[in-house]
Amino acid sequence: MKLPPYAAVLRAEVERAADGTPVLLMPFHDGVIGRPGFLQGGAISGLLEVAAIAALHHALAEEGPESAGARIKPINVTIDFMRGGRDHETRAAGTITRLGNRVANVEAFAWQDDRAKPIAAARMNYLIERD
Amino acid sequence: MKWDPSSMTLDQLDFARFGGHGGRLGIRFHARGDDWIELALPYSTALIGDEASGVIASGPIIAMMDMATSFAIWNQIKVFVPQATLDLRIDYLRPARPDRTVIGRAECLRVARSIAFTRGIAHDGDLNDPVAQVAATFMIPSGQYPRPSRSPSAAKEQQA
Repeated sequence: MKLPPYAAVLRAEVERAADGTPVLLMPFHDGVIGRPGFLQGGAISGLLEVAAIAALHHALAEEGPESAGARIKPINVTIDFMRGGRDHETRAAGTITRLGNRVANVEAFAWQDDRAKPIAAARMNYLIERD
Repeated sequence: MKWDPSSMTLDQLDFARFGGHGGRLGIRFHARGDDWIELALPYSTALIGDEASGVIASGPIIAMMDMATSFAIWNQIKVFVPQATLDLRIDYLRPARPDRTVIGRAECLRVARSIAFTRGIAHDGDLNDPVAQVAATFMIPSGQYPRPSRSPSAAKEQQA
């Protein structure tokens, strides 16, 4: 899966879960620091968004070749920050709540050591433009 | 730590550069007033989210608006206190135009005991044609926000 240039700023890379769905992995580095020792909220938000879009591309590809070329445009995003992001690597994955013909509702979670203890969650609505 | 952008000159703000994530994205101060503050996010091909159109990803705009709304609180209480973003909602009204600097303007709506409410607008040249609208809530991880000073001299300054 090809990620946009912005993902390289975050140094985010794709891993695959056992079921083939994408999981984003972001190391801790100077470019994502907010206050000393912590991730910046914007970097966490960016990772959540890259994870959501990766999940959406994956789901569209699963629908078949006629969906693979669909364009994805963000409508809105709501992010809840639950814990400070510490100086560890961070993972994020998106879940498609509903993939409609024109709108997709996606949830994404970011975690560090323990997936059951998310550091942030996001709900996103995307406009899907199919050819 | 004292941090009072209202007493900084525009020149000083112009030279201010951020480290960490904000610095990596190229975010800098743009302008400020009594009850608002603006940051700027210059266009960069490194921030592209959609290679077909050259439009920047929405993540950098969230990062700038997270910073701008939190600065709006410091601009209001006139002191730097560590605070954490509780939640942030962004509506993408339209894509930012490639090659345009995006301006993030934020204001503080209310500072309560431990929670502060803000809103903001991102635009790429015309405030009346925004790129995004934001609402963000912050909190003090421990303790409470400092009360605004009610000294006679401060009240006089506010009237002037």
